[in-house]
Amino acid sequence: MNVTVLDRQPDADKQSQLGFVDCDVHPYTKSPADLDPFLSERWREHRRTVGARTRSPFIGAPNYPRMSPGTGMRMDAWPEDGSHPGSDLELMRAQLLDAFGVAYGMMMPLLGRGGDERNVEFGAALCAAANEWQATQWCDREPRLKASIQVTTEYTEAAIKEIEKRAGDRRFTQVMIPPRGLEPLGRRRYWPILEACAANGFPIALHLGGTSGHPSTGGGWPSFYHEEHPSYPQSKEALVTSLVIEGVFEHIPNLRVVLVEGGFAWLPSLTWRLDKHYKRLRAEVPHLKKLPSEYIREHIWVSTQPIEEPERPQDLLATFEWIGWDRIMFSTDYPHWDQDDPRYAIKVPIPEVEKQKLFRGNALAFYGLD
Amino acid sequence: MAIPAPGAIDCDIHPALPGTHVLVPYLDEYWRAHVLMRGLEHDNYGLAAVPANAPINVRPDWKPATGGAGTDPDLLRQQALDGFDTRFAICNVLHGAQAIFSEDLSAAFCRAINDWVAAEYLDRDPRLRASIVVPMHSADLAAREIERKAEDNRFVQVLVLAMGELPLGRRQHWPIYRAAERYDLPIGIHAGSSFRHPPTNLGWPSYYLEDYVAWSTGFAGVLNSLISEGVFVEFPRLKVVLMESGVTWLPAWMWRANKTWRGIRAEVPWLEKSPADYAREHVRLTVQPFDSPPRADQLQRLLEEIDCDDMLLFATDYPHWHYDGADALPDGLPAGLMRKILVDNALKTYPRLSS
Repeated sequence: MNVTVLDRQPDADKQSQLGFVDCDVHPYTKSPADLDPFLSERWREHRRTVGARTRSPFIGAPNYPRMSPGTGMRMDAWPEDGSHPGSDLELMRAQLLDAFGVAYGMMMPLLGRGGDERNVEFGAALCAAANEWQATQWCDREPRLKASIQVTTEYTEAAIKEIEKRAGDRRFTQVMIPPRGLEPLGRRRYWPILEACAANGFPIALHLGGTSGHPSTGGGWPSFYHEEHPSYPQSKEALVTSLVIEGVFEHIPNLRVVLVEGGFAWLPSLTWRLDKHYKRLRAEVPHLKKLPSEYIREHIWVSTQPIEEPERPQDLLATFEWIGWDRIMFSTDYPHWDQDDPRYAIKVPIPEVEKQKLFRGNALAFYGLD
Repeated sequence: MAIPAPGAIDCDIHPALPGTHVLVPYLDEYWRAHVLMRGLEHDNYGLAAVPANAPINVRPDWKPATGGAGTDPDLLRQQALDGFDTRFAICNVLHGAQAIFSEDLSAAFCRAINDWVAAEYLDRDPRLRASIVVPMHSADLAAREIERKAEDNRFVQVLVLAMGELPLGRRQHWPIYRAAERYDLPIGIHAGSSFRHPPTNLGWPSYYLEDYVAWSTGFAGVLNSLISEGVFVEFPRLKVVLMESGVTWLPAWMWRANKTWRGIRAEVPWLEKSPADYAREHVRLTVQPFDSPPRADQLQRLLEEIDCDDMLLFATDYPHWHYDGADALPDGLPAGLMRKILVDNALKTYPRLSS
């Protein structure tokens, strides 16, 4: 996809032959109407007439146009019938699941967008539909694929109901919340939803995204996708800060969080920064009983894509070590343009024990899978 | 650790207005009458982003017996200059003048602040220098103020907040950068926000600690904007100085920015080299706070990852509280780099210090 691919030196022993767990796979519908069977007539009619209303300016395009068709899809991932990449299970098997012997793929649907919907009842209906669609159209046909429970954090009762409905259903492994909501996720009004996740044994996956209406930077809306894309790590930093400093992990000690598609190299310096300034300002946050770094170490996991590419490749290993080898889980982001290929993404050899953790063991433990 | 030798250049100290009323004598006739009519001299236009009494903003032994931290010029000279054997120190007045919604009132307050700092600080001590405070939300008025104060060589920089109405690279701001480059003035970008937008893209955090930690992500957004828009292509001599930004976030930012550029460069075809290389050439950072890692080998690796000895500038950040005693330097810096941080890098960044 870019010039660096040509420069890459693949690891000699194939890091892909591990039966790895892919922590970020995107299934798509062939058409928005694919969700109709899972919507009531009221909401089918609503979808056809009023339609989606989010906090962004365009009806059917992201704020920042992507660099390839289909809002940033891998060019070779289009099915022959022209339907959307990620919408064809056979092609997904050929390009991802079978190609690399994937043990499990964690689905992160970016459709329906119930979490972004301003009409929260419609949003809740879209989330429930996307959940049923994942379970019946994907998990039941391909047991290696695991579903993520969609919820809208702006409708607490519906979100909790949906989480409880899926509890015990092994097709669902986690609750997926778009981080850019109306308020930082650590705020108290979201705690009942986070409590429900933990109480029902679900970790939460915070995949980048969400249309909060807030600019992508604290200084306003940037001009380019070239700025929007690197703002994702900034979302993640604010997210970790909010969850830790609000005391979410003090309040919900068994809550586990995985950050998806925001990179991870920013995490060590954020941790140092939090610890340093917490020491000076701790009187403001007496509800915290430990250092921010301790909460992070206990509660936060990261997925790898888009993999960091240090100017000196070996610096990646130091970053892994600083975060903790047991907290890093491989992900591809199939079928997006910037997806990571397990054979080439990591341009430096990883010791065998750590490789097993990163590609497989950490995710199996995190999700309680065999 | 403490500074090893006298003569350092302190690139970030903060004299503070005792109150809006001190600006009244520095306003012209119209604005003086206007301010008094509305009673604005009684209002507190201090920046909400920098609460004056939060522990991080006032070191206990640097607080005057009366008044806020940084409001006593004699104490500032004694503590910030004598206390560190400083050769030069650059005064950055952090004030809400930049955040006022009326461009005209904002410009009037900024002019008054610049004349106030010249009279109350620069005239009192030859070691002091200052940054020009500008009404950032009006590029024309800001450029005019730069031209007005540039005659005075003791003004060595233009001061803006990291987060305002528009990302700093946006082309509406370019008249400011054109004027700054013409007069050899770097753009000093200080932590803080005019709160036109939430400081994070998730919305408004609950705690000041969260805001403070978020400043570093604000700076990442600033660099993405300045570089993406082509500011350093249009103004090849321009330098920007990030103040109170933290430092250790920089390598991860470089990797992310470079990777993004390799994938998305078609959108910004004017860029001739990687974002990290633009940063190494044009961006400087003050070293308080540094946000050091716990281990010496980690610091060593981070410095290697930054891979540029020219980027870091010494600052005490007086009277903010990041360290105690005389330990204004992060521990573990190699001796050669330390000398550049203390003196050489500042002289290269601020040509007016040598004139």
